[in-house]
Amino acid sequence: MGKFKSLADLKKVQEEARSKLDLRVKGDNPEGHVQIKVAMATCGIASGAKKVMDFMVDELDKRGISAVITQTGCMGYCYAEPTIEVQLPGREPVVYGYVDLKRADEIIEKYIKNGELVDGIIPVNYEKIDE
Amino acid sequence: MKELALHILDIAQNSIRAGAGEIRISISESSSEDLLTIVISDDGKGMDKETLQRAADPFFTSRKTRRVGLGLPLLSMNAALSGGEMKITSSPGAGTAVTASFRLNHIDRQPVGDIGGTVSFLITANPSINIAYMYTVDSHSWGVTTQEIREVLGTTSITDLKVVKYLREMITENTNELTNTKSGHDKY
Repeated sequence: MGKFKSLADLKKVQEEARSKLDLRVKGDNPEGHVQIKVAMATCGIASGAKKVMDFMVDELDKRGISAVITQTGCMGYCYAEPTIEVQLPGREPVVYGYVDLKRADEIIEKYIKNGELVDGIIPVNYEKIDE
Repeated sequence: MKELALHILDIAQNSIRAGAGEIRISISESSSEDLLTIVISDDGKGMDKETLQRAADPFFTSRKTRRVGLGLPLLSMNAALSGGEMKITSSPGAGTAVTASFRLNHIDRQPVGDIGGTVSFLITANPSINIAYMYTVDSHSWGVTTQEIREVLGTTSITDLKVVKYLREMITENTNELTNTKSGHDKY
């Protein structure tokens, strides 16, 4: 039996994460991180939203970008799945559709890092169905 | 859906929409009965008798964004194709439980798939819901809950990417270890 990760080892990750976060916050608004919501309804899951989500978790962490990834249900853009909503600090949220791994990479490099809009934006009604 | 984990991710969405504060996900394998059973239960608002009867109908949905609801019918179909079945119990105010059973060694049964990614995502992407996960193979179990994770994390956010990645690996490794202890059976 090898050594498996356990809740006890999570404590070490927690300490590491804590110290990195303190460096980043520096008196800034603690909500100053990128908020990403991945649509995870049946249409999304069937078209590969989970792969996009896994990719974003790995890549954002690798590139040192402080982001919070949560999920939303069907936003009604089933024809354009996978879809993700990206909200940069202080900006309105933007919904991207047809997100494959290549586009996810572009969204990270261009939009999240530089605020440069990328192809595939879906114009949003401001009232979300589940609100 | 190519993996059972994706069905779980999908059905859990129903629980979230029903306002669940807690979602229990349990997967159990029984070699002696040649059975794999998935139960997803929640304490959300539940369904009345009429809604419950129509829940597995692909042309019925409680959503307003469109007119089809494929999650439950797809799961029901896959269970039936694998020699099993899907059952739903629910009542208003008492939550819902979806139970899907599959013949463990049926040639058409999909693999469980990336359950680590699925459960870690459900936990961290829905910080206000307590997810309770348990995997059982014959008499051995392993599980974890959002509450337990929060206790270890203290003030560190459950949405921290390092935490997400760690949980994904932790759940995958420990679940795989359970299935590895089976003798003479496929890992699926």
